[in-house]
Amino acid sequence: MRPVIPYVTAALLFGLGVYGVLRRRNAVLVLMAVELMLNAVNLILVTADTTAKAVLPHGGQVFALFVIVLAAAEIGVGLAIVLQLYRMRASVTVDEIPLAERPADEPVPVAAGPIAPTGAGPIAAGRDGPHVFGAEPEGQR
Amino acid sequence: MTGVDVLLLALGAVAVGSAALVVATRHLVRAGLYLVVCLGAVAGMYLVLAAELVAWVQVLIYVGAVVVLLLFAVMLTRAPIGASADLDRPGWPAALIGGGAGLGLAALLVDAYRWTAVELPEAGTAERLGEQVFGNWVLPFEVLSVLLLSALVGAIVLSRPDIGATGDATPGDRGRSR
Repeated sequence: MRPVIPYVTAALLFGLGVYGVLRRRNAVLVLMAVELMLNAVNLILVTADTTAKAVLPHGGQVFALFVIVLAAAEIGVGLAIVLQLYRMRASVTVDEIPLAERPADEPVPVAAGPIAPTGAGPIAAGRDGPHVFGAEPEGQR
Repeated sequence: MTGVDVLLLALGAVAVGSAALVVATRHLVRAGLYLVVCLGAVAGMYLVLAAELVAWVQVLIYVGAVVVLLLFAVMLTRAPIGASADLDRPGWPAALIGGGAGLGLAALLVDAYRWTAVELPEAGTAERLGEQVFGNWVLPFEVLSVLLLSALVGAIVLSRPDIGATGDATPGDRGRSR
């Protein structure tokens, strides 16, 4: 078995995942690209389990199992956030999420809001204005 | 170049090709289905690499649960049927960083391993991995179960607007968008 084949496959998968995370605007597609990156890491771990001699046997495969569990937890919370975002803004476009909080009576911005280093995120931003954002779910499409 | 290498090459080509389609296609649902092909090919690579349990866990959790969740999310966010034009932002920085990361890592690993061959170890069956998980790795395993529970509770709290609301908003106003 030539270990370079799965290693290079994993490296290319990781590169494609990075590309997808940076390229895609839809939040669900961003999560799919994150899955690609996690799979690349798993492939590296399983391959390293065959090539590296460790003190504990099968350490790489055990870590791959742990990463799979982490990915399941990540996708659950991530999709909950995405669905909440869709409920509040009727859109899952990641570059239209305002990063700053604003008062509830302000109209819906078309472009991204003012960038502030608070990192308040979509939950805190949307908690102020569900009436405004949820009123027109058909408007974006 | 043995049969194992040929299998790994074929499965790797399928995985990389379908991953490229995942990040390039304009159909949201098709991206999820290409992701199934990619994860299935990676599961096949695990099988060839003698990691039986990881392969079946991959099929169960990734192909079975994660992709179904993603497809549910695609449908719940009312993705349009057919191609959507506005899925991507301009791609040159992404191509530069993604290509740099992928090809850089590939060059690093090729330089590290060249064309050496190793023997496949004994298969990672459920019995051997179970001994490891519940023997040497039992503390990370338990910590991970706590993390999974907290992620579950977090997802429930996030998707129930009446739990985390500050008070003035009535819950009925939140779920208007079907």
